[in-house]
Amino acid sequence: MGAVLVRAVVAITLGVGGAYALFWLGNALVDRFAKKDPDKIRAGVFVAPAMFVVGLFLVFPLFETIRLTFYSNNQVRGEGRAFVGLDNYTAVLSDQVFFSSLWNNILWMIFVPSFAVAIGLAAAVLSDKLKPRWENFSKSLVFLPMAISFVGASVVWQLIYNWRPPSEGQTGLLNGIWVGVFGGDPIAWLDRTAFNDFALMAVMVWLQAGFAMVLLSAAIKSVPEDTLEAARIDGASEIQVFWRIIVPQIASTIVVVATTILILVLKVFDIVSVLGRGGQFGTEVIANTFYTQFESGNYGTAGVYVVVLVLMTIPFMILNIRRFREQEAMR
Amino acid sequence: MSASAVDTAARDQEQKNVAKFGLGGTEGSHSWFARSGMFALVLVWSLPTIGLLVSSFRSQSAVVASGWWTVLSDLGTLTFQNYADVLSETAGGSTLAEAFVNTFVVAVPATVIPILIAAFAAYAFSWMEFPGRETLFIVFVAALVIPLQVAFIPILNIYGSVGIAGSFLGVWLAHAGFGMPLAVYLLRNYIGSLPREVIESAKIDGASHFQIFWQLIIPLSVPALASFAIFQFLWTWNDFLVALIMFNEGQVATTYLAQLIGSFGQQAHLLTAGAFITMTVPIIVFFSLQRYFVRGLTAGSVKG
Repeated sequence: MGAVLVRAVVAITLGVGGAYALFWLGNALVDRFAKKDPDKIRAGVFVAPAMFVVGLFLVFPLFETIRLTFYSNNQVRGEGRAFVGLDNYTAVLSDQVFFSSLWNNILWMIFVPSFAVAIGLAAAVLSDKLKPRWENFSKSLVFLPMAISFVGASVVWQLIYNWRPPSEGQTGLLNGIWVGVFGGDPIAWLDRTAFNDFALMAVMVWLQAGFAMVLLSAAIKSVPEDTLEAARIDGASEIQVFWRIIVPQIASTIVVVATTILILVLKVFDIVSVLGRGGQFGTEVIANTFYTQFESGNYGTAGVYVVVLVLMTIPFMILNIRRFREQEAMR
Repeated sequence: MSASAVDTAARDQEQKNVAKFGLGGTEGSHSWFARSGMFALVLVWSLPTIGLLVSSFRSQSAVVASGWWTVLSDLGTLTFQNYADVLSETAGGSTLAEAFVNTFVVAVPATVIPILIAAFAAYAFSWMEFPGRETLFIVFVAALVIPLQVAFIPILNIYGSVGIAGSFLGVWLAHAGFGMPLAVYLLRNYIGSLPREVIESAKIDGASHFQIFWQLIIPLSVPALASFAIFQFLWTWNDFLVALIMFNEGQVATTYLAQLIGSFGQQAHLLTAGAFITMTVPIIVFFSLQRYFVRGLTAGSVKG
């Protein structure tokens, strides 16, 4: 363990020191040798390391993964692979697991952002009416799950969904209520295909509602008070004020929050992997099926699942770039 | 609303004594409705975590026999034993104590290394003129949403050839790469919004870009650097997928827990204590630096 810590300290020193030395050296070389337009070259020196890292870990792999989908599955570092054209794609498209994964992914992308935003909005509006002390306290508690890992959350929610035979004491809260209060037979919440997807989604809603609440609460507080007062003087009820005055003014924040959560659940993996036991009982999603294929060494097939993920993110990529351009135009 | 407008809104909210405009006043029936509604929500949202905390103190026999909510009937059997036991419990080849150290060793360099690289790039994108500046920056904006699953096959191929597959170094570099678009984006938003006069007057005084960066930009950007650092630290601490695929020098907290869940039933009493131990660090970071964390979240709410 000591050796591990030593290595970490060395890594931090080398990482930070090395990065500093790199920039310092680059800067000094520019001073020494660049005669014409030194600051343009200097800018290149400043930007290059970041470009290199993003290029190596995201941009190059994006195209490399796409390229590898046209090669056979038995590829280990490029050895022993054969060009197979679209075979991997036709294999995936004729696999029932692909369609159930895609369908589950779509369910996640519809339900999780909707519920997280709705609950986050409710929490933002309700807490806003409390005294500041209580507002901060209650918001912290709703926000707290944001700090918990998806794996940790899976452990937490096992205590909700646990199932035991009717003859034994129930250890899961949901069955405790269902059996103890309603007198039903214990239900294996994570095994029933009718609702186990939703049982897993609830965990993500629990984790993300606080995020939605914080952003929406900030947006609500920036709604000008005079627009609210004017509506009230005109005789609008509080419900009308909420739907007709507040919601339209925070609509853009709602969109930002919903898309952020959408992009997150598009790649959902941990919860399905741990709480859903790797996508059993029909809970598989794209990222889990990717992992299964990847673990089996089917890199071509796994790559096709990555391509599906990439295709789903492209609209958001375009949206982000467009939003950035608008922002720049306003500068 | 743009991401930076959201950021501004969040900053407003941070000011504690911001004038409250109260939706319909805080008196009367509205207030009663808000209080009971929020109370119910907070209760439902806290129950899962309370259940974990209570369970972690219950004895092995109690955990398998009854639900945590019956704890009042067996208060006498509450124990710290689970916490003592789980630290030396082995799952997937590591004890929890080792996994905990490994997680630190992964998370701290993976947080520190990208910051300086991103800050230099953010400064250049904000305050230096060079051809293709906007186009290059758009690469970072686009990279924000690239799913990191793209990286595994090609990067493991490269790592295999270089001989760093499964190592700490490999995970540090990967996290640096995956966090870089957000770091550059977030820091540029902040550094770019610093007042122009400050930078111009430093230039007139004869300061070079390198000096401006170190003596002016870095000290002024501490809040933004801190929010990225917290964001990246929580992300790498809580990460499961990257560690699962790219790391094999032992377990980290998340992969350890996942291994322990695999033996569920036998180790139910240890699992809750283990989960709570791994949650302490992010929760402490989170509560002590919540303000910076919120700003990082809001400014980075376009991350993929």
